[in-house]
Amino acid sequence: MYKNSMKVEFPNNSDNERFARTVAAAFILELDPTIDQLSEVKTAVSEAVTNAIIHAYEQDEGIVTMEGNICGDVVEFTISDSGVGIPDISRAREPLFTGKPEKEERSGMGFTIMETFMDTLDVQSEVGKGTRIMMSKKLK
Amino acid sequence: MELFLSGKHHTIIVKIYGELDHHAAIGVRESVDRELGRTGARNVAFDLSKVTFMDSSGIGVIMGRYKITKALGGRVIVYGASGDVKRIIEMSGIDSIAVVADSEEAGMREVEANV
Ligand SMILES: Nc1ncnc2c1ncn2[C@@H]1O[C@H](COP(=O)(O)OP(=O)(O)OP(=O)(O)O)[C@@H](O)[C@H]1O
Ligand SMILES: [Mg+2]
Repeated sequence: MYKNSMKVEFPNNSDNERFARTVAAAFILELDPTIDQLSEVKTAVSEAVTNAIIHAYEQDEGIVTMEGNICGDVVEFTISDSGVGIPDISRAREPLFTGKPEKEERSGMGFTIMETFMDTLDVQSEVGKGTRIMMSKKLK
Repeated sequence: MELFLSGKHHTIIVKIYGELDHHAAIGVRESVDRELGRTGARNVAFDLSKVTFMDSSGIGVIMGRYKITKALGGRVIVYGASGDVKRIIEMSGIDSIAVVADSEEAGMREVEANV
């Protein structure tokens, strides 16, 4: 059975959103994903990484970690930060919910997109400690 | 990104090339709002036919322009999306606040009907 793993860490700059989803796409190429699957994984990873970049640290600098694991034909990504955390996870996961003020123009669709494009999504978070998003998808 | 003014339609046409994520959204937002202020147009049409990647940040940009054009008595038109970009637009229910069309012609017909 094919197995692989990787881990990257980067500062919370917005140009790392593209970096992270490009790494994620390259990581799963070995599994011969379809164009659609590739696009879905890139989008879901982009949502999780963007959330860590814009919500976790407010104005401060911080580190975002992305880990990937492949086991057979299933890929799992874990995106974590040590930022402010999410006070009410089930509320945060509701479509169109955003914790940001209106002028920041967030649509509140990030978690909904992750759920739709991946097979599983697990959110762990502790206020003041950080957030960990785990998502997986079978690529066959 | 290319911005055109269609004077006849009082519309800023924004053609976006490549990836529309949070990073890119910041520039799109600024340019469109500057053009709205400068030209006095009241509609914004997003041509997404050359977008290769879009996430929820693109939805945020569209919703934000909806609020601005609404205050000006105008509309937002979105056309040319395909694949996952189209799925995300459908998922977000943007069609309840903006004109979502398949082609530029169809989008512009809607604008004409609305001005
Ligand atoms: N890593 C994180 N750290 C802290 N809060 C988070 C994190 N990720 C998500 N949240 C909270 O969950 C809310 C919902 O996230 P979601 O991605 O669904 O929407 P959004 O980021 O507000 O908008 P969009 O993704 O559409 O631009 C956020 O507004 C934020 O309050
Ligand atoms: Mg988000």
